[in-house]
Amino acid sequence: MTRPVLVLLVALVLAVPLSLLAGRVWIDPFHPVVANAAVILAELRLPRAVLALAVGGGLGAAGAAMQGYLRNPLADPGLFGIAPTAALGATLSFLVGGAAGWLLPVFALTGAGLGMALLALISAGAGAGGGDPGRGIALFTLSGMMLASLSSALMALALSLAPTPFALTEIVTWQMGAIADRSWRDVWICAPPTVIGVILLASSGRDLDALTLGETAARSLGVDPRHLQWRMIASVGLTVGAGVAVAGVIGFVGLMVPHLVRPFTDRRPSSLIWPSALGGALLLLVADCLCRVLPLAGGELRLGVALALLGTPFFLLLLLRMRGGAA
Amino acid sequence: MTAGIALAAHGISLGGRLDNVGVALRPGEVTAICGPNGAGKSTLLACLAGLLAPDHGTVTLGDSDLAAMPPVTRARTIGFLPPTPEVAWDMTVETLVSLGRIPWPGAPAVEAQTAIADAITAMDLAALRHRPVSRLSGGERARALMARVLATRPGWLLADEPLANLDLAHAAALIARLRDQARGGAGVVLVLHDLASAMNHADRVLVLGGGRLLHDGPPDRALDADVIHRVWGVAGRWLGEPGARALSLEALGR
Repeated sequence: MTRPVLVLLVALVLAVPLSLLAGRVWIDPFHPVVANAAVILAELRLPRAVLALAVGGGLGAAGAAMQGYLRNPLADPGLFGIAPTAALGATLSFLVGGAAGWLLPVFALTGAGLGMALLALISAGAGAGGGDPGRGIALFTLSGMMLASLSSALMALALSLAPTPFALTEIVTWQMGAIADRSWRDVWICAPPTVIGVILLASSGRDLDALTLGETAARSLGVDPRHLQWRMIASVGLTVGAGVAVAGVIGFVGLMVPHLVRPFTDRRPSSLIWPSALGGALLLLVADCLCRVLPLAGGELRLGVALALLGTPFFLLLLLRMRGGAA
Repeated sequence: MTAGIALAAHGISLGGRLDNVGVALRPGEVTAICGPNGAGKSTLLACLAGLLAPDHGTVTLGDSDLAAMPPVTRARTIGFLPPTPEVAWDMTVETLVSLGRIPWPGAPAVEAQTAIADAITAMDLAALRHRPVSRLSGGERARALMARVLATRPGWLLADEPLANLDLAHAAALIARLRDQARGGAGVVLVLHDLASAMNHADRVLVLGGGRLLHDGPPDRALDADVIHRVWGVAGRWLGEPGARALSLEALGR
């Protein structure tokens, strides 16, 4: 086990119990005088913490793998177009029958699946032997960006078609992204696909390492670009789709975490996937706790909003540093 | 090292870029592929490396068809250095060289360590082992990337323009190290733009023109003044001693 993984594991072991105590009702572990403390812990705080770990871990690992795949330190799950198509699917579920029941997660996962399929269809052949090497990855990025903007246009359309002001409010609130008031059911929706996806991402590590040297050199090292592309589409779809299904759109985790972790690794993409998963889990857990305890009139700060507020300056800082030539 | 396996192209053609090229390459030799721009040099090298599949004809490694070989098996035997010195992440020289072990996922760690250490020594990078690639000069980076190819311990080293962007001293150093590899039994195939490098350092030169193999032989025959005149369209003559020749071009339009 590498040092970053160890440090992050220790941090998580410390952070998870603390996160369970924090919230509108503070629980003192030594004097549990709060009524229903056990219920609050088991039915509210624990699923919320597990959800933060799963969503954050999935987004962190997906971001790390995508940066490696696209050889672009600015890549983020949103760029693949999978988070936006998942969100589009979820938005449509509000129009069809409201947010109740299983409809939303089913629609979000379907959206992610369709996004994956479209992406594969558009970029089919791009990584195949006959094509110009190097064009494959550019085409893949561009089709992802096109999917993302198409999804946001269709989402805006869906909003304008919202049947009632109430439905509109509901959609907008969900789109902001949060993991408040979630139950164990949401954990069961989110965790299994995320775990499968992260394991699949980690198993692509060696291929991503080879891509460091460019697509041609990677092929000469035995990487099958078609195979890798399918694995990336499936694993990013699983992790990001599952996250969006239960938590809405939470951006910038996949961008920030790999950046913060990278200096502590040997900078091979494969060395980054597990630490980024743990780092993403930690970031979302801590951010969610802060959202919970920050005093805000009329409720709590939305997690998606908080991370966007944190992520945008981070992104700008990265851009400025890259312009200075020290990425 | 899987030395001694023959690599051969049998009448390969590819979409107007290569036209019925057949050549049997020998391990233990430095073979240079020369020709004017657009002659099909890089295309031929990529076909020989198994990275491009020809429309007609086959490339064989020993008795096997390269196109039917699993990519990992091919990658263990044929090391390929692309023309663009790309390194996406700012890793140390040692980590970069270790990427050459990717085709050997199950190999014992000791074997990997030895291969990496040998490659670093062969390319004279011991002092730079822990330096990040962003702080290497162009020549050092070229050597590090070549060491990455060597770390695989391939029987064949195929390099597309390995001397591009290198100054005289670095180019000479790199080619000397490639000659050492050939002397050790590896097959070395280089696409070379600089005819003097091919003349002085190759054992065998393939001259391509318009996708066809025009000449094939020892450098003083394959690259004599007549050939240069016919293929490159310039009149010139070789000066100096064998092994240290320079090409003197006559002024154009005379």
